[in-house]
Amino acid sequence: MKLKYFAWVRERIGKTEEIVEPPAEVRTVGELIGWLAARDDGYAHAFEKPTVIRAAIDHAHVKSDAAIAGAREIAFFPPMTGG
Amino acid sequence: MAIAATIRIQEADFDVAQEIAGLSKGRTDVGAVVSFSGICRGSEQGEPIAALTLEHYPGMAEAEIARHADEALARWPLQGLTIIHRFGRIAPGENIVLVVTASAHRQAAFEAAEFLMDYLKTSAPFWKREESARGTSWIEARDHDDAAAARWTKS
Repeated sequence: MKLKYFAWVRERIGKTEEIVEPPAEVRTVGELIGWLAARDDGYAHAFEKPTVIRAAIDHAHVKSDAAIAGAREIAFFPPMTGG
Repeated sequence: MAIAATIRIQEADFDVAQEIAGLSKGRTDVGAVVSFSGICRGSEQGEPIAALTLEHYPGMAEAEIARHADEALARWPLQGLTIIHRFGRIAPGENIVLVVTASAHRQAAFEAAEFLMDYLKTSAPFWKREESARGTSWIEARDHDDAAAARWTKS
């Protein structure tokens, strides 16, 4: 699946997007955050407060308990500040 | 007749008067047009800023705004709806966002415009970064924006 990162999540991880294949036991958005946070210091910094992180699957907002099975694109970003 | 919203996500500026005229000119069924323009302030929390840079999520920004536009069209009797949101570097005094609603009567136009702005603030995937003498920093989301959006779910 493709992952995309925006704003300070993107800056801390150091990339705008990547393709990942998480192991089968990673089933939800929250579990994916935990798996990513363990990769290196940049990911750990980006996801240090998981409750602040917002996520979207295929362009729609989801909560952390959302299943990631079948997702084409998952995005992680801070609370939005547009408008 | 079903009304289609006009939604544009663009780097370029827009002409507010032209967008308002686009919803009302030559029509006799529109009795009220409400427009909200969001403009870049020259200071953020008392500190002068040089500019804002808006990052967005292409594809999702359009989809998310379209979802709320459809909800507004279902909830209020609108005869026209235009939403424009800019991205990129925006200097103080420049336009950031525009919502224009047209209806037969003012209440629907006012309410729909306010509903849409409240949701644009909290759920459209845009992020503002400010530039000032102290460097650049991401603007933090405000709790009162979440509260403003939440009140529309009560009725």
